[in-house]
Amino acid sequence: MEKKTPLYAMHEKYQGRIVPFAGYLLPVQYPNGILHEHRLVREKVGLFDVSHMGEFTLKGPDALKNLNYLLTNSYDTLAAGKARYGIMCYENGTTVDDLLVYKMGDDDYLIVVNASNTDKDFEWMKAHLQGDAELKNISEQVSQMAIQGPLAETVMRKLTDRIPEKNYSFINHVDLDGCDVLLSRTGYTGEDGFEIYCHNEDAEHLWELLLQTGREEGIEPCGLGARDTLRLEAAMPLYGHELSDEITPAEANLSFFIKMDKEFIGREGLADVKRTRIGLIMKDKGIAREHCDLYWQGQLVGHVTSGTFSPTLNKAVAMALVDVNFACRDEFEVDVRGKKLKAEKTVLPFYSRKKRG
Amino acid sequence: MSELRFTRTHEWVRETEEGKVQVGISDFAQKELGDLVFVNLPEVGDAVTKGESFGDLESVKAVSDVYAPVSGTVTAINEELLDAPEKINEAAEEAWFIEVGDITEYDELLTAEEYEQFCQEQ
Repeated sequence: MEKKTPLYAMHEKYQGRIVPFAGYLLPVQYPNGILHEHRLVREKVGLFDVSHMGEFTLKGPDALKNLNYLLTNSYDTLAAGKARYGIMCYENGTTVDDLLVYKMGDDDYLIVVNASNTDKDFEWMKAHLQGDAELKNISEQVSQMAIQGPLAETVMRKLTDRIPEKNYSFINHVDLDGCDVLLSRTGYTGEDGFEIYCHNEDAEHLWELLLQTGREEGIEPCGLGARDTLRLEAAMPLYGHELSDEITPAEANLSFFIKMDKEFIGREGLADVKRTRIGLIMKDKGIAREHCDLYWQGQLVGHVTSGTFSPTLNKAVAMALVDVNFACRDEFEVDVRGKKLKAEKTVLPFYSRKKRG
Repeated sequence: MSELRFTRTHEWVRETEEGKVQVGISDFAQKELGDLVFVNLPEVGDAVTKGESFGDLESVKAVSDVYAPVSGTVTAINEELLDAPEKINEAAEEAWFIEVGDITEYDELLTAEEYEQFCQEQ
């Protein structure tokens, strides 16, 4: 039985098309459609319900030690008011989940995990916690929405001047029209934007407030469909696709977030990398979706992990996991429903806001 | 302009000249599918068989087959749709996919009222 987020009534109000996702009922799109919502975020500003995400607190004198042991990244240099991406691995290096760690203060962290992995992550972390540290699952008390796009800051500045300046920084206890929120400069779209963590009882009020405040800027609610096309264009991994209990973060090309010079669960499994992630642009008509087999000159060399239509490139694009011996090749074929479609390797990300004109 | 008739698989049929029809998908169907990005159509001269797929439509989220409401031979295809599938979303009842001639049989077709009733029961 799927759960509803505190914003469910809003999705009904704005005529969202509700689908089950990660144990929740969420809108895949609103009436203007996925392509419209995608372009809106790239050009102006959109609003997403991301309340389904999981949130934990980790506190205590050994909190930092645990983070460094549980996650691939190093958190020694993480300052209060900053967030840092990391991956949590099984002993063999494959992935439990990818997540964000927010440093609230010394010995005090907020961890944000994928909705579909909340319970699994909590059990895993609890089972491997060492020393003086306490882990709490606060997911049910926290709602979250994301305001994303080049005009996101313009909208937020109408409500507060306590705006986190840098990407991956945050300010706790920001007052938005009487609501106490954590405002972080993070997101999953490849655009500038904010994620707003709030109390459940404030969620509806904040949602309507943001839609009203951003009316001039053209803000509209956006759903899961656009969330996927946006993150895919930005080549951001999605658990269950680019990362999974069969794929290591090293294979997903996330070595920037892996610090091999420290002890952590799964470290040995990351040294030897036999597969790697590449980007593909489809040359023949059709979308190559996850699990499609990838061929090079007739040989099976990998499979697609995510694929969609990229509104920015106006082409079908995909990310694939390929045998490292073939990652240097350029022309591939993807088996899409029995037909071999041509695909050309391309540098990731497909879209970068820094590089646009 | 001739009246549209509909199939239970959400295609519409419009009679043009004696014995020929145009085929498209209904507004209900385009809404269900969402933004269309690719269209695959048969070639002129291909045979189509009532109840069988003659092409497919790809939206951001999924692929759907389109079913022939009649049996016959394709006499024309709407090439405009191949480069601009969004025209189907914009005006579904104007966006014809194929024209079929030499029709030998028709599938069961609903009137506009019967089709609307059918959709409400979905």
